[in-house]
Amino acid sequence: MALAATKNNKSIALKRKGKLKEFWRRYKKNRSAMVGLVLLLFILFCAIFANVIADEDAVTRHNPEIRRQGPSAEHWFGTDIYGRDIYSRVIFGSRISLMIGVFSAALSLLLGGVLGAVAAYFGGWLDDIIMRIMDMLMSIPATLLALTLVAALGSSTTNLVIALALSNLPSFARLTRSSMLTVVDSDYVEAAKAYGARNGHVIFKEVMPNAMGPIIVQTTQSVSNMILTASSLSFLGVGVQAPAPEWGAMLAEAREFMRQFPYMIISPGIFIIITALSFNLVGDGFRDALDPRLKD
Amino acid sequence: MSEYNFNNSDKDGYVLEIKDLEVIYETDLETVHAVNNVSFSVRAGETFGLVGETGAGKTTTALSILRLLPDRTGKVTKGEIFFNGENLLELSDEVMRKEINGERVSMIFQDPMTSLNPIMNVGEQIYEALKYHNPEKKTKEELEKRVEETLELVGIPKKRKNEYPHQFSGGMKQRVIIAIALACKPELLIADEPTTALDVTIQAQVLAMMSELNEKLGTATILITHDLGVVANMCDDAAVMYAGELVELGTVEDIFESEDHHPYTVGLFGSIPNLDEERERLQPIEGLMPDPTALPFGCHFQDRCPYCFDRCINEHPQLLKLSDTHSIRCHLFSDKALEVNHD
Amino acid sequence: MLRYIGKRLLQMIPVLIGIAFIIFFIMDFTPGDPARLILGQSATAEAVEQLTEEMGLNDSFFTRFFRYIYNAVVNLDFGVSYRTMKPVFDDVFTRFPVSIYIALCGMIGSTLFGIPLGVLSAVKQYSKLDTAVNVVAMTMVAMPPFWVAMVLILVFSLYLGVLPSAGATTWIHYILPTITLTLANGSAVLRITRSSMLETIRMDYVRTAQAKGVPRRVIIFKHAFKNALLPVITTVGYIFGSLLGGAIICETVFAMPGLGSLIVLSIKMKDIPVVMASIILLALSYGVIMLIVDLMYAFIDPRIKAKYQRG
Repeated sequence: MALAATKNNKSIALKRKGKLKEFWRRYKKNRSAMVGLVLLLFILFCAIFANVIADEDAVTRHNPEIRRQGPSAEHWFGTDIYGRDIYSRVIFGSRISLMIGVFSAALSLLLGGVLGAVAAYFGGWLDDIIMRIMDMLMSIPATLLALTLVAALGSSTTNLVIALALSNLPSFARLTRSSMLTVVDSDYVEAAKAYGARNGHVIFKEVMPNAMGPIIVQTTQSVSNMILTASSLSFLGVGVQAPAPEWGAMLAEAREFMRQFPYMIISPGIFIIITALSFNLVGDGFRDALDPRLKD
Repeated sequence: MSEYNFNNSDKDGYVLEIKDLEVIYETDLETVHAVNNVSFSVRAGETFGLVGETGAGKTTTALSILRLLPDRTGKVTKGEIFFNGENLLELSDEVMRKEINGERVSMIFQDPMTSLNPIMNVGEQIYEALKYHNPEKKTKEELEKRVEETLELVGIPKKRKNEYPHQFSGGMKQRVIIAIALACKPELLIADEPTTALDVTIQAQVLAMMSELNEKLGTATILITHDLGVVANMCDDAAVMYAGELVELGTVEDIFESEDHHPYTVGLFGSIPNLDEERERLQPIEGLMPDPTALPFGCHFQDRCPYCFDRCINEHPQLLKLSDTHSIRCHLFSDKALEVNHD
Repeated sequence: MLRYIGKRLLQMIPVLIGIAFIIFFIMDFTPGDPARLILGQSATAEAVEQLTEEMGLNDSFFTRFFRYIYNAVVNLDFGVSYRTMKPVFDDVFTRFPVSIYIALCGMIGSTLFGIPLGVLSAVKQYSKLDTAVNVVAMTMVAMPPFWVAMVLILVFSLYLGVLPSAGATTWIHYILPTITLTLANGSAVLRITRSSMLETIRMDYVRTAQAKGVPRRVIIFKHAFKNALLPVITTVGYIFGSLLGGAIICETVFAMPGLGSLIVLSIKMKDIPVVMASIILLALSYGVIMLIVDLMYAFIDPRIKAKYQRG
């Protein structure tokens, strides 16, 4: 019995490794997913090496002599109304956006995941209460909810992350719950429960790994969603505050002058698109590679 | 033999002749050899049984006749399918749809639960078959009347034609599907495990009805099944399929009463319970069917065959003709053979 | 069927009260002093304190919340705006129609864009067209709506001068917002249509229809598409519901006096009665839209209809 179990564990470990390889093989073949990966690496590169490839001082330093200059060899994306170098601001902006996107998606996943898992695993009245509250939150548009929350918490980057995470909570809770339910009802979980495994063990060792696929996909894609919403809120003036080089806030500043200086709205917009697109493409690639059934 | 007029039958009286059919499923990863060198013929009015385990290629063979193989993956790589002397594989899609499918050849699928459109009432679903095969330009009323006739033919009161599939039981759904298939009075009916998904008592009812209809309408039928009992009761001729090949072909008498059998057929008989004979236990066939992406060089059955010898591993057996009607694909019978069907 | 509708409407009441509680709770945290806002900066501290007491703002959170709910449910009195001192619905109802128009435009645009392309790319899966449609859809969701709106204004209003950039007085004013909202939401419709179609197109009943020789066009629309509609309708309904209050960006950039921008303004001013009334109205509309979506299900799928009729 014990021997059989060890052997089994080994073969499971082998299978996992094979799975990862198989996953990468399938991912690699998907051209748009690879484009997404390249874009993502590009944005990551910008964020990590921002202080190498751009000038940190130029991000906030006002420089009245070179205000509102179009793109040139010296200022690739031009300068803004205060004479700050737009290129440096955009590059440093990638740090802010990535951070907000990743942290809020992770927080949302954590909170929503726990709520959804608890609801699915225990069922009954607990499930009812959690899901009714999630339904209530769902019926308020996410942007509006995030906006209200930021207003209540006060405008700061941390509060923005919290607000974004909370406003996306329902979709994560729902997804975790539904993908857990399909697993919870399966025979092997029944079996684990029957031989008396503790709830925690069953949730984390048996249920979670098997419900992971769709959750990973949704998390990746919600990073892009969060980045877009964050930039919208900053655009409305309730997100990241000036003079931080947030892309949405930069666009809000440029809005009044866009007729005379259209270049000011080009580069921040393009960077938002690249970042959001990269996460979407990668998320899509994950989905296709995780579940080939969905594709053909 | 019947009131039905087979004006198109060719001189041998065969409705369908399949010759050397080869079908593969191709993905970028692998190639599945689903059907290999299959040849058989179905006479007008007869019921032909196609027997074998899941994955033997029965359904693929059937889908090739209707040209309904999955678009991107399924491909007929060799062979001919003559329907009343006309090679179906050479017809255009448009002609296939307009003149063959549902009109002269129709098919009943395995799972009645999912084979009916859930949001269309059953009358409409039968009507559809008639509507798109209406060369005589019958009026809507005439077609509606035919819908009612067809329903009554399969034992469903005509007043139920406006009901939806979810209002019917499994057996009744299968009757509706049979009604759809028979609406245009086809010359050939392909029934793919028509009763597998049903309860045993309902199975018997549906089969009895099918054999009654076969007698009444004289429609030639290919009955795909894994149940030898069904073959014995319903069929005139039968073929046993294994790993994409026919391993034995003959009349029902050949299959059930002859001394000589392919070891796989023997195995199939060994795995059905028999009350007349005293036996210790059922004898299932050991092992699994070979991987269809990498079929063995010699006999496909070698791994599971109790009589396997050197030649089975080194040489692929031909279909050997033991009598006018009976053929077996096995080296054991090479000295008994009348002639070899080279394939 | 009527019983089902009644049941659903009754179920909305606790949901609305729950939402009211959540918003009331969140708004309690927002900085700002309503009495000070009403009286203005020049008012004395005593006057502000007195008004605060009169308005019952010194009571505990739960007292205030239950007073609000009591007035709202029993007297249908949702209070007066702190900003304008007029009944809240004066403002809310003048702006609601604009929001409805905006949401309708966005919904219709997204549907007209998403459904045909979704069906087409599902039917021609793996073709060049499918790939192209997917690339377009992906890029569309990645574009921030405020940026799209700015670019559209730049091109069509500032450079070409053919379309107005602000206001909501004529249908011409709705053209650029419609394009913006279609670009933002159309790909959601497209993707759900495509994936739902890909699912139904592989169903056994589609094969049955092929076996009976039904023309391809009829199979696609009458068999596959009609069965694929349910999730598409849900998505379209959801888009409509979320645009009613969520088209804030669009309302802001194009200066349209809708509910979304009223809520933003009221949140900033801590005008709690207006925020409460607007969000409750939005949640109610959302509930009604989802009810309509579910009723449309019954219209399409007889199984669901049978379920509703049982109650």
